Amino acid sequence: MAYYLFNHLLVGIYLYGVYKMIYVENKDLVIPGEVLAEDDFYSGRGTFRENGKICSSLMGLVSLRNRKVSVIPLKSKYIPKKGDVIIGKINDVKFSMWNVDINSPYSGILPASEVFGRDKKNLNRIFNVGDVLFLRVVDVDEVKKAKLGLKGRGMGKFKGGIIVSIAPTKVPRLIGKKGSMINMIKDKTGCKIVVGQNGLVWVKGEKDMEQITKNVIKIIEKEAHTSGLTNRIRDKLYLDIDGEIPEGLDDEEYDFESEVNLSNNDNFDDDSNNHRRNSFANKHKRFNKKFNRRNSFNKKYELEKPRLQNFKAELEQEELEAKKKEDKKRNDDFINNLENIEKSKSKKSFNLNRKKSGFSILKDNF
Amino acid sequence: MYITPEITRENITSLVNNDKREDGRALDEYRNIEIETDIIPKAEGSAICKLGGTKVIAGIKPSIGEPFPDTPNLGVLMTNCELLPMADPEFEPGPPSSDSIELARVVDRGIRESEMVKLDELCVEEGKHVWILFIDIHVIDNCGNLFDCANLAVNAALKTCKLPKAKVVDDEVVLDEENTIPIPLNHNVALSTFVKIGDKMVLDPSLNEEKVLSARLSVGITESGSICSMQKGGDEPLTKEEIFSSVKLALSKNAEILSNLD
Amino acid sequence: MIFISEDKKQRADGRAYNELRPIKIEVGVLERVDGSAYVEVGGNKILASVYGPKETYMKRFLRPDTGVIKVKYNMAPFSVDSRKRPGPDRRSNEISKITADALRPALLLESFPRSMVEVYIEVIAAEGGTRCAGVTAAAVALADAGVPMKDIVAGCAAGKMDDQIVLDLSEVEDKEGQADVPVVIMPRTGEITLLQTDGNLTDEEFEEAINLAIEGCMEVSKVQKEALKNHYVQNLEG
Repeated sequence: MAYYLFNHLLVGIYLYGVYKMIYVENKDLVIPGEVLAEDDFYSGRGTFRENGKICSSLMGLVSLRNRKVSVIPLKSKYIPKKGDVIIGKINDVKFSMWNVDINSPYSGILPASEVFGRDKKNLNRIFNVGDVLFLRVVDVDEVKKAKLGLKGRGMGKFKGGIIVSIAPTKVPRLIGKKGSMINMIKDKTGCKIVVGQNGLVWVKGEKDMEQITKNVIKIIEKEAHTSGLTNRIRDKLYLDIDGEIPEGLDDEEYDFESEVNLSNNDNFDDDSNNHRRNSFANKHKRFNKKFNRRNSFNKKYELEKPRLQNFKAELEQEELEAKKKEDKKRNDDFINNLENIEKSKSKKSFNLNRKKSGFSILKDNF
Repeated sequence: MYITPEITRENITSLVNNDKREDGRALDEYRNIEIETDIIPKAEGSAICKLGGTKVIAGIKPSIGEPFPDTPNLGVLMTNCELLPMADPEFEPGPPSSDSIELARVVDRGIRESEMVKLDELCVEEGKHVWILFIDIHVIDNCGNLFDCANLAVNAALKTCKLPKAKVVDDEVVLDEENTIPIPLNHNVALSTFVKIGDKMVLDPSLNEEKVLSARLSVGITESGSICSMQKGGDEPLTKEEIFSSVKLALSKNAEILSNLD
Repeated sequence: MIFISEDKKQRADGRAYNELRPIKIEVGVLERVDGSAYVEVGGNKILASVYGPKETYMKRFLRPDTGVIKVKYNMAPFSVDSRKRPGPDRRSNEISKITADALRPALLLESFPRSMVEVYIEVIAAEGGTRCAGVTAAAVALADAGVPMKDIVAGCAAGKMDDQIVLDLSEVEDKEGQADVPVVIMPRTGEITLLQTDGNLTDEEFEEAINLAIEGCMEVSKVQKEALKNHYVQNLEG
């Protein structure tokens, strides 16, 4: 019995000790070099181990989950990961690929084969320098160069709209829990919005709405880690668009944990934005009914992703025409040649004479 | 080299064609201007001008030197500009680029040709000793329209610049650091920069607007309303009408810009 | 070990022997860079800015296993008493190099191979001790840019003046003083990442100077941390 009690006491002391070995709380703001915990904890993202202590390597907010300490950075650069969906800008057109600026320390390449199989003609007729594309990271090589592709729904070139840039670490907050934030903005403004995981956001709608959306996105970026943000953004949208905030709105609480999950999730789901929207559609129907809002924007602009330009068909069409022309030309040439041969036969002696003086040959060729 | 996204170009052009701008300003509206003077204790005159997000520091260091042989009784102005790498990811360290030389020369021309500084009063001994004013323009943040911002910073710095009294004793200049006099000035000069986007002229271009401009026109006008300097830039031509209307607009904006210096 | 003796004299500007000049640090002052900081130490006014990690055209500097850091220290022509000719000189090149050396041990750039972190330090006004203030500013700017780091390095100089070891020499003291010992440390471990000495010191004096300088660095570090936290708390609270 005494032994049993003693054992419990030991466990108690041990647990107490473990409890004491963490120096920070969830959501604390930490700076590089700050000691977070003793060695008993697991060192997660944004932390490093040194002399039996876990320290922060970044400016960010602490996230504590299952004895794992991580730091979610307030600012950081986008590092390409396989499977990410991103927005990139064509920086250069090469022989068989495009160089793409993907808002990262590393640039991406879009091989011509990703766009049109083995043919690699007329690259700049499809995408030219300055075009902005919605892309997927197909692969990342050992020097972190990203190979990009266009396979997926809505991938391709954007037409019109504006680009808003935010810190890549704030992307999960912009999307919100199961897409709550982004869908709310889409609903209220009637804009099409595509969020790249590299921190670039494409917005298209009425010009005024584009501006409102841009401002709201910038507010979300700035206040990403404050509580009650979804509600404040909702109120701001009502104010900017309708001029007043309807009464009796429910307050949804924002869950910090969900964001941690999101940002830790390495495989951002296929067409993540879409999936979230579908799963959230029901909730939004309720939302709409409840407040009996005008739905004029939604009618005007269906929430849809940008359609990939139908350039494959265009290209084929062009090539077909080119081929026809070529065939025709070849036929003509053949006939001409025949005629020429006839002529040259008759003029053979004459030609020979002319070839002797170089000047006249040059002149002839001109 | 930075490449402007095609959709940004389209967006800005279509906004301007509808008399709108990215940041909600009118086509003839300046961003917020803030000027702070005497910020550098070691410089005789200094100022920082913030035009929206654009920030330019101007510092003035006077020294005694020899006049140019063709103007033995006039002081000397030397304007130099550095586009610091921290101002813009595209600015690189190293010797001054052609952009920074153009900026320095446009600001210099405004001050020189308007006779803003009474150079004859900067003469200590004719033919031997005159004041040389080194005007250094330091661009620390480029969010568009460096010309106007730099010009305001230099104007403000010149306004606060104090020179020690200089006397010639036995062929040598003796400076009296205790007694200082302000630089003798005639008037101030305002620079107004327009860019042509689509078919319209836009005042005080933002960074994105500068990226998509087809032509640029800077007009320098003195307090009294005389046009003293002008610079046209950009790849495309301007029509006579566009230039005249821009100059008219610049004239009407002149007092407003110069009021920031008080 | 620092002993406080009775015969410590007051300094020209009224400071005690172990007193820093007033320090002010602001974070995120520039728009176009990834991170920036503005530091005032006495009459020094210094801007530091950080780009990166980013791709660069200077491929020969890059390393396949880790990221690299490049520092450019520059003095404005109007920052000193007699106008300094614009452009780099031998002094600023040396300071650029030792600043990079002082920052490098604190950086964790293994996750950014073949990339470069660019640091630009601009002295707007100089009043003695610009290299330490420059490193201090650069470290804050790096933290602001979100560059992974082991620690935020802090710099401070000690020196000898009137046969007495004093902290944080001003320009006048530096000119008249007998020695100057700039030190940069990683505050958590106390390791030294930059050390220079010019002047004449006995070994006891040298030890005292180092200890005093480390104490000063700790003070500077407190101000750095406070500035960083304040900046983001303001941002977080909207």
